[in-house]
Amino acid sequence: MGRIVAGIGSSHVPSIGRAYDQGKIDDPAWKPLFDGYKPVKQWLANDVKPDVAIVVYNDHGTEIFLDKYPTFALGVADRYEVADEGYGQRPLPAFPGDVDLSIHLAESLVADEFDLTICQELALDHGFLTVMPLLWSYQPTWAVRVIPLFVNVIQHPLPTGLRCYKLGQAIRRAVESYPVDVRVAVVGTGGLSHQLNGERFGHLNPKWDEEWLDRIETDAESLACLSHREVMEAAGAEGGEVIMWLIMRGALSPSVRRLHRNYYAPMTTGMALLTLHDAE
Amino acid sequence: MNRPPGDWGIPGTYVFDLRLSRRGYALNKMCRSLTSSENRDAFIADEEAYMARYGLSDEQKQAVRARDWLQMTKLGGNLFFFLKLGATLGHGLYRIGAQMRGETYDEFMATRNEPGAV
Repeated sequence: MGRIVAGIGSSHVPSIGRAYDQGKIDDPAWKPLFDGYKPVKQWLANDVKPDVAIVVYNDHGTEIFLDKYPTFALGVADRYEVADEGYGQRPLPAFPGDVDLSIHLAESLVADEFDLTICQELALDHGFLTVMPLLWSYQPTWAVRVIPLFVNVIQHPLPTGLRCYKLGQAIRRAVESYPVDVRVAVVGTGGLSHQLNGERFGHLNPKWDEEWLDRIETDAESLACLSHREVMEAAGAEGGEVIMWLIMRGALSPSVRRLHRNYYAPMTTGMALLTLHDAE
Repeated sequence: MNRPPGDWGIPGTYVFDLRLSRRGYALNKMCRSLTSSENRDAFIADEEAYMARYGLSDEQKQAVRARDWLQMTKLGGNLFFFLKLGATLGHGLYRIGAQMRGETYDEFMATRNEPGAV
């Protein structure tokens, strides 16, 4: 049967990808960020060895337009391309999918009353891409198969935090009912605090971010019950995307063990990395 | 409630709700088209024709001509979409942000913890 073997929360700030592509991982301004990922990448490659990563992300006006905007959407494809966000494609290979597990997830989640949009073609932008080369090797091909799970965190009304948490729980049920032995990591991307619109551009709240990292580990349900307004007031308008971490957290057991935690807020976003797994 | 679209009472913040999204639809649709190099070239070659093709309002056209990102935001432009316009024009996120704050780029960078991380 399928098993959830890791839960990872990570920011998906596009400047991280740019710095990575420019070879700045040991640049003094970037080292505190990239050093945080090194033990996690090793842990995944040597100990956890996931076969599949379900990556919870949002698109940024790249692949999915506002003419038809899903609340939740699931990739069901053999292959996912790297998108052009206006600068050309990043130098990363396309991602292999896992259609059989995607179909099982779709069937199980819809039966569980999560009415997902199903996508047989998805080009992936920085919401998905940023964390991937920091967690898995990709030369010549990616060391993990992927299943993208899109969440609307851009156009209100957004799904509630609690809905996201419950979707995570349903993903766990779905994975555990999969008849094939498969090791699944769930990655929740986005956040933490940042605001990129209006006169409040640049709003950061490291204190709130640290509290988020504490509570998502020990008291995630209370975070899931925050309103979007409460989160946006504290964490900035675009900080509202942290609800995607709740899907990752919901997919883990109620009690978790933390392996790694990193936080760095150099510019406009609280860049965080958190690695969890089931406690039992 | 006579608040403008996107005004949830959070200072300096334009929440991208459906009212604001309706207002900005044409502008965001144009910006989204700039995810191909052919379209970016076409925009640069004839900005006015490109804006007309997407049916921008006169106010939106003026905001684009003026590279006035705060005004685009008020007119329903969403940053994630108009970053593609910024990419086409060579205006990066931090320059856009500084302008929205009413600051110069250097003034804005001086407020950051580690301005080297760009």
